[in-house]
Amino acid sequence: MRVFVKCLTAAVLGLVLASLLGAQPAQARELRQGGKLLLTGGVSTVEGAAGGGLATWALIAGNETDAGIGGSAHATLVALPDFDLKSIGGAIGFHNRIELSYAHQRFDTRQAGAALGLGRNFTFGQDVFGAKLRVIGDAVYDQDRILPQIAIGVQYHRAEKAPVIAAVGGRHAQGTDFLVSATKVVLARSLVLDATLRFTKANQFGLLGFGGDKSNAYHAAFEGSAGLLVSPRLLLGAEIRTKPDNLGFAREQKAVDAFAAWQFQRHLAVTAAYVDLGSIATVKRQRGAFLSLQASF
Amino acid sequence: MLLLALALALQTTPPGEDAVDPYLQSNANAGATPFTGTAMLAAFHGRAGIDRIADDLVTRIVADPRIADIFKGQDEVRLRRLLKEQFCYILNGGCAYSGRTMREGHRNLGLQTADVGALIEDLQAAMRTERVAFHAQNRFLAKLAPMKRAVVER
Repeated sequence: MRVFVKCLTAAVLGLVLASLLGAQPAQARELRQGGKLLLTGGVSTVEGAAGGGLATWALIAGNETDAGIGGSAHATLVALPDFDLKSIGGAIGFHNRIELSYAHQRFDTRQAGAALGLGRNFTFGQDVFGAKLRVIGDAVYDQDRILPQIAIGVQYHRAEKAPVIAAVGGRHAQGTDFLVSATKVVLARSLVLDATLRFTKANQFGLLGFGGDKSNAYHAAFEGSAGLLVSPRLLLGAEIRTKPDNLGFAREQKAVDAFAAWQFQRHLAVTAAYVDLGSIATVKRQRGAFLSLQASF
Repeated sequence: MLLLALALALQTTPPGEDAVDPYLQSNANAGATPFTGTAMLAAFHGRAGIDRIADDLVTRIVADPRIADIFKGQDEVRLRRLLKEQFCYILNGGCAYSGRTMREGHRNLGLQTADVGALIEDLQAAMRTERVAFHAQNRFLAKLAPMKRAVVER
């Protein structure tokens, strides 16, 4: 299994690299800044990749077109009744084809940390390194085709606090997710739709490690988003993200949100959402606010 | 064949426009099938609204620093007329389109995706000025968007 994961990671990264090198002749021409339509670079997920807030999409980060290089940076706060999740990171988009992303997450257990025996304000953390390749389709311009924009991706997660992860039943402090995303703007209906399959072992996005005492297998998790464009700058929508349930000590549930993504300026966007992350580490009903600020070029 | 040659030879240049090499005229050159019914035409405030939007669009694109250079030395009178015809045809306003295909009409302009993006934003601004409902704007843009594949050369 481990060999297979390494092979798959190498295959995805190889494709990304080959595309990057394949883009070289085209780079002989002058690079051009910007040119992507508003909101069509997506917003930043908590994992750094372009998408909704929770779901990774097939869109490539940044304002660039096939003729340029763009990028984005984000700062996100998810404020829950008993926990806080903070994420900062960024992504670079190459020729609207390849996306490389990074995010650092801090998950503060606040008072719940003491109740869980970890100590007050015990904080989990992780780094997420992502690579995404747009394989086929154009979510925005191919309005005469049913074919969505399809991207494949890989996300390598490296969690901190390996001893605590092991103590709660987590098998690994590192894990690699594989993603296939399909995103389509249905302009005639003013809709933005996404469906993503994520093959993952992650516990709570990877903050509690990968695999567990209940299951150490890869699970196919689903991420779906649906949004309505109400203006060129404002997208209202909802998301769902299923997750594996690997740890015996605490049940893990799906995450859902209702969001508003507002690109109030060419280079700035804010996403506000009501998010329900379900039960986290035995602490139930973690519903709260998701607030993210993004800058893009 | 003789009839075709005759038809091509009879094409006259409208006043104020530069002469162009003869070509086969067809509504299929408009690059999109028209809407059915009258809802979209009404949403664009009829032929008069379409003409205002096309005129406003041309005024915007020739002044848009991102794409203005493309229109230097181009026949602006002809561009205005053909945009009005094309929009009117697609919005089922009862017009015929007399221009060349999207690919032929944009040949050698060296257009990039970002140029199309700029034009779309200018068109959105023109439709907004005409107070076309946002949902109707998007339905229209859905007809135009695939033309990007025909007009982008690099």
